Amino acid sequence: MGMSLSRLTEKTNIWPWLLLAPLGIYMLVFFVVPLADVAIMSVTDPRVSLANYQKVLTGALYQRVFINTFLTAAFVTLCCLAVGYPLAYLMAHSKPRTAMLILLLVTMSFWTSFLVRTYSWMVLLGNNGPLIAFLQMMGIEQLPQLLFTRFSSTLAMVHILAPYMIMNIFSVMKKIDPALIRSAESLGAKGWSLFRHVYLPLTAPGIANGSVLVFVICLGFYVTPVLLGSPREQMIAGLIGHQIDEFLAFGLGSAMAMVLLFVTLIILTIYHRRFGLDKLWG
Amino acid sequence: MTSYLELSKITKTYGNFTALDNVSLSVEKGEFVTFLGPSGSGKTTTLMIIAGFEKASGGAVQVGGRSITELAPHERNIGIVFQNYALFPHKTAVENVYFPLQMRGVGRDQGLRQAEDMLSLVGLKGFGHRHPKELSGGQQQRVALARALVFEPSLLLLDEPLGALDKNLREQMQIEIKRIQRSLGVTTIFVTHDQSEAMSMSDRIVVFEKGRIEQCAAPLDIYHRPQTSFVAAFIGESNLIPATIGSAAGKTAENPTLGAFDYAASDNVLSDGQAVTLLIRPEHIKLSRNPIEGRQNIRMTVETIVNYGDNALVIGRAGDIPMRVRVLGADVVIIREGQECCISWTPESVFVITK
Repeated sequence: MGMSLSRLTEKTNIWPWLLLAPLGIYMLVFFVVPLADVAIMSVTDPRVSLANYQKVLTGALYQRVFINTFLTAAFVTLCCLAVGYPLAYLMAHSKPRTAMLILLLVTMSFWTSFLVRTYSWMVLLGNNGPLIAFLQMMGIEQLPQLLFTRFSSTLAMVHILAPYMIMNIFSVMKKIDPALIRSAESLGAKGWSLFRHVYLPLTAPGIANGSVLVFVICLGFYVTPVLLGSPREQMIAGLIGHQIDEFLAFGLGSAMAMVLLFVTLIILTIYHRRFGLDKLWG
Repeated sequence: MTSYLELSKITKTYGNFTALDNVSLSVEKGEFVTFLGPSGSGKTTTLMIIAGFEKASGGAVQVGGRSITELAPHERNIGIVFQNYALFPHKTAVENVYFPLQMRGVGRDQGLRQAEDMLSLVGLKGFGHRHPKELSGGQQQRVALARALVFEPSLLLLDEPLGALDKNLREQMQIEIKRIQRSLGVTTIFVTHDQSEAMSMSDRIVVFEKGRIEQCAAPLDIYHRPQTSFVAAFIGESNLIPATIGSAAGKTAENPTLGAFDYAASDNVLSDGQAVTLLIRPEHIKLSRNPIEGRQNIRMTVETIVNYGDNALVIGRAGDIPMRVRVLGADVVIIREGQECCISWTPESVFVITK
């Protein structure tokens, strides 16, 4: 068996490539070609020039939206970390049953469709929703606007992205040798100093992985901010959709998409130099 | 001499399972004591109770006259070298050694200087800036040792620290650890399942078996005067012959197939008819074609000869009793497998074990 397999790969080198062919063709037709089309459009529509890029990079509206996108992504990442780190810790250091239960709760949101989750938030946070009704019942006069605000879109994005953070940190925490913690204790560390000098640095790779993943995914978020957020605090993907849906400005939309892609690649490159991309997905 | 580390009646149970049963032990200041035993014998559990990572179900631990039974590990001031060293991978060697000083509020400049000095003492001068993964197993071991010693702990605990090293390095580290321990005079507990390690390093050996202390004595006493047949079998090679005391006054014992044995001495008071075990070490037995006068001779059929070059192990059977004989390499030529020969010893080589 081993013999015939090695012969297969040594002599007929084409086989592994043939096995990859369906995937390769699929990626070519549905990813590379459209992406190339977008790149070409960004410099040809409406005419061949770099005008679209000039507009994207210098126009006040676009700059504002880009900055808003990055700030939102950074804030969502921080929130995911704040929520995710304690949860991951709880998972990594509780009994297997409890850990399973938390894992189930965390991953459950993965099994629900993106749109369903977003609409659920609309129902929960809407003016006729249970949360407002509860506040009313408590006798609060000035009812806050929850839906279509930065609050609602951030909340929903954190809900969607937190599992990526949690799983990344959890997997790192799980791999920490308990002897390291014991040895730190025997050397006189406890509580906060043990956490700061030993536990936190040991989990830092998980924090870095989770943060990059959440940040990069968040940069391109479309549905959630569009449906739940305030129109005044648009994110870049929403603006791209806007350009294409309403103004049919394919060139401008494409240029924005390319800028976003480029920035994302830069972030991933920096991360790769520092930690290695291969670690991002465990 | 007053005792420095005092374990009194330590018991540890996990549900119905008794891991430690009434373990009591006194260790003097500066002593190097080895806990020796097979895995699951309770030696590591005892170490973990001293370190504070396991809580004893009963009993007390005292160091220097002060009870530490209720103290958390970080309050005990005990240096530990773990089996896999447990160096912090995100810190350099010198930062690892500085860590316990940092936790004690020693300033960075002074602490790092102290850490460097300690690294020099363990023979790692100039390696301080390296991370653990850039160091060899032996070097990591030294860093772990330096880290466990730099804060002048009241006790040093070593949990099978040499297990991961190859044979040559292990022997080198045995000498090295002994040298450092002597120069600092730190009271040390060393856990191992390797009897030669225990023999070569310890002031005293504590043999554990099934959660109890079988014997606690100096290495040569453990070897020559084992108090139980478990200790006799566990330490070194042994021939154990079941017998009954024929005459305590005449110092003879009887085995139904091999006949009467003379013995020279026993650590216990013996009575006629008492069931005992006779220990004869393989290197105390002589192998010959014909009986040798002045020695006790029996006949043995040779089954296997294992040749090690400088010496050989001859395994055979005397009656229904398996016997092992250690002979010099040059002497083994007189005998072939399957032949019958004579084995002999003197009464001084026969040690009577009552348990």
